[in-house]
Amino acid sequence: MKELIETIVQALVEYPEDVVVTESSNENTITYHLSVHKDDIGKVIGKQGRTIHAIRTVVYAAASQQPKRVVLHVEDKG
Amino acid sequence: MKEVTATAQTVEEAVHLALAQLNVSKERAEIIVVDEGKKGFLGIFGARPAIVKAKLIYNPIEEAEKFLKSVIEKMGIQADIQKIENGRNAEFILSGEQMALLIGKHGQTLNSLQLLAQLVANRYSEHYIHITIDAENYRARRKETLAQLAQKLADKAIKTGKEVKLEPLPAYERKIIHAALAERKGIKTYSVGTEPHRYIVISPDQ
Repeated sequence: MKELIETIVQALVEYPEDVVVTESSNENTITYHLSVHKDDIGKVIGKQGRTIHAIRTVVYAAASQQPKRVVLHVEDKG
Repeated sequence: MKEVTATAQTVEEAVHLALAQLNVSKERAEIIVVDEGKKGFLGIFGARPAIVKAKLIYNPIEEAEKFLKSVIEKMGIQADIQKIENGRNAEFILSGEQMALLIGKHGQTLNSLQLLAQLVANRYSEHYIHITIDAENYRARRKETLAQLAQKLADKAIKTGKEVKLEPLPAYERKIIHAALAERKGIKTYSVGTEPHRYIVISPDQ
């Protein structure tokens, strides 16, 4: 799942080397924390959140094959 | 976009070096000669090296295809991708075992893959490139379903004399509905709200 997120996001941003995905999990949820270069945050989110919505849809579809719930969170470095 | 600059004694050598750095053949790069260089007097005075820039030329549709291939693979799905290119439009037709997973509810996964592939293609293109992704003839089936739904809801609007609101739909699916009801008498259609929550209203004539 981590690799899937990286593959998608790296193809969209100007600074692919700054794409970092970390994961944390509890009993029934795995949360992926996505962090990108600050100039790329807008690109990853997109107009009205269209891009992040599409990324999440694809990731959640892939995650539906395994038992745990998956959440994709975009880190805001401010 | 990948770009390198190379410096050598002659333009030819510099081009050679630049292409070697990009690791591509001449056809895949755009070469800009920054400085032709000078041999100089007796090869000592006023000698200047040649400088060239080489820029990788991408094929946007190929980049979108590569993207799609690796995303589907990382989703853990085996699929064949057939590509139909038509100028600035490209259609990718997916086939394989787990297409239901790639299509998703109301085609939302297919639409998301399409949006992302389109973003990738247009990063590498100066002109707008339109990408369609289809699987198991989903687009045609969906079109038929939407057109039928449109007629049914138009009936309802006329019968009740009240406006009928549809669920939010992507732009090209709304277009299908508008087109299906364009000739229909007794009602008109319009869209309300902002993307991605824009939806159609079928309104009976007063």
